[in-house]
Amino acid sequence: MALPEVKQSATEARLSALTLPESGCLKAARQAALSRVQTMGLPSRRDEYWKYTKPDTLVQAEALKAAVFAADETPMFNAFDRLNIVFVDGVFDAEASDDLALEGVAIDRIEDICCKDIHWAKDLYGVLEARGQTPVERPLAALNTAFATDGVAIRVTGKVSKPINFTYVHSDENSDAILHHVIRVENGAEVTVLENGPAASRFNKCMEIDIADGGKLHLVRAQGRDHERRAATHLFARLGTESVFKSFTLTVNGVLTRNEAVIELTGDDAVAHIAGACVGDGDFHHDDTVFVTHDAVNCESRQVFKKVLRNGATGVFQGKILVKEGAQKTDGYQISQSLLLDGDSQFLAKPELEIYADDVACSHGSTSGAIDEEGLFYLRSRGVPHAEATDLMTLAFLAEAVEEIEDPEIAADIVSRLEGWLARRR
Amino acid sequence: MLEIKNLHVKLEDEEKQILKGVDLKVEAGKVHAIMGPNGSGKSTLSYVLSGRDGYEVTEGSAELEGEDILDLEPEERAAAGMFLAFQYPVEIPGVGNMTFLRTAVNAQRKARGEEELSASDFLKIIRAKAKTLKIDADMLKRPVNVGFSGGEKKRNEILQMAMLEPKLCILDETDSGLDVDAMKLVAEGVNALRDEGRGFLVITHYQRLLDHIKPDVVHILAGGRIVKTGGPELALEVENNGYAGILAEEA
Repeated sequence: MALPEVKQSATEARLSALTLPESGCLKAARQAALSRVQTMGLPSRRDEYWKYTKPDTLVQAEALKAAVFAADETPMFNAFDRLNIVFVDGVFDAEASDDLALEGVAIDRIEDICCKDIHWAKDLYGVLEARGQTPVERPLAALNTAFATDGVAIRVTGKVSKPINFTYVHSDENSDAILHHVIRVENGAEVTVLENGPAASRFNKCMEIDIADGGKLHLVRAQGRDHERRAATHLFARLGTESVFKSFTLTVNGVLTRNEAVIELTGDDAVAHIAGACVGDGDFHHDDTVFVTHDAVNCESRQVFKKVLRNGATGVFQGKILVKEGAQKTDGYQISQSLLLDGDSQFLAKPELEIYADDVACSHGSTSGAIDEEGLFYLRSRGVPHAEATDLMTLAFLAEAVEEIEDPEIAADIVSRLEGWLARRR
Repeated sequence: MLEIKNLHVKLEDEEKQILKGVDLKVEAGKVHAIMGPNGSGKSTLSYVLSGRDGYEVTEGSAELEGEDILDLEPEERAAAGMFLAFQYPVEIPGVGNMTFLRTAVNAQRKARGEEELSASDFLKIIRAKAKTLKIDADMLKRPVNVGFSGGEKKRNEILQMAMLEPKLCILDETDSGLDVDAMKLVAEGVNALRDEGRGFLVITHYQRLLDHIKPDVVHILAGGRIVKTGGPELALEVENNGYAGILAEEA
């Protein structure tokens, strides 16, 4: 079926501004992704899946300029013993990065996948993304697979002793970065991955994560404090038997962020937790779009998303749990809540359950509300000033999402970033 | 200490006058009890003094140590030395009890131009005070009042009072929801805070709390006014004859 003319021309305009990278053995994967984009067309405001978030600036040929933000605080996760991988405006920076050798893990750039003949990565690149295109299309992810200019392939074979940390530096106000990472966690292997930074004025990131039986991956990311940056990210994860995937995303600032997570539980007894906390003020639009598919027995999934919005900020949550036929004993949970600190901000939520098995427990809840006046008065009556009392209540509201982070030191870093936001904004 | 003159209060959202000219003076070192039937305005009086929204003062004044408090924010009243032990302490999920108390203590110290307490000093003081109120470490760690029993909530109010060392303590039906043992414990906590620099306003329906917290003066509030004032024997009279008897006598 032909695309509507407007969509067709917008897609062509975007594609004509890009060149397919030379990539040997990944050529077929990239070309297949390109034809997916051409068939689907890039997102437009008319698309149901983009009803609450305008995709225009993510789709248009040129990225909008975004001022580089000079942070006055220590970058997150800096104090941890970690393996740091640095990208500047979407380009790997070998000098700023640590030596990529570490026991239990092999890290390579995607441009080396072919010359080093890394089979697993060739077999994974674009595969989970392509699977994630049904039943809902995600054209920006296919665009990423086709045109990504950098990224890494990480194979985890043991219990990795320290976190692998991505630092995404934004230094050029016209930067437009497309990064694609593939991660394979082998049987029984474990790793923690951290991500920090805005990456670019416009950032399209795709991460494909394949977790084999008994593997574990913890992902914690903080999306940077640059006010003007825009980002569309996709996380595709496939979980084997008894594997665990936990992710937490912190978003403070940024005019536009769309984070999609597409999780497939394909092995029995697997566990997936996806959480996020965002705090936004003014010209801030944040969209969490999550799709969890249960396709095995006795799996657990949790989605916990909390948003604090004020001064006209907008929060979006589209979350779905799909329980396929035969996925008995599924335990699915989904909560999305917003705290609106004034009457100008809005939260748009579309929670969905679709269940084809008869022995499952699934629940979802979505709320939107102002700060609890009773609690606020109680705190103030004990001498806590209004602003400080509001902050305490705000942090308390976010706590359920932050508690999804297992490592207390990482959680403390996240909380201090939230406290910083609260302190600066008042 | 506290001087209320001709206080008239109505609900903000409706034309309903609750207090119709309350005059009351609580001296430092004294315990005043306010008793009265349901709907007489007892809780309204405590809320108006602590600065809760929803009430409008149409006439009269309330001064704490000579300072008019009715225009102050709730936190400013607290820093000035006002404390209300709530009839229904509020649950605040996600805020640790200890964090809450330390924030409150230090906010008040800051407002008064005093140095903030260090974490270790704070810990030392709170542990000692919590112990006498039989509040264990777990209760200090849990979110404020969440999952606390009725007795635990009230003991937690008294712990806050002990930590904040206010000049004027208002206890709003602190005996409600307490069994005899819990009431004794709470009363002991209150009695430990009695000293010549501190005034108390104890609001209660029943005489039994006043067996444990002995008042110097007892007032009967009815129809938005104080209709009778006397010594501790007035509370006994209420117990024996009910409010109806006293009100009939005054009418």
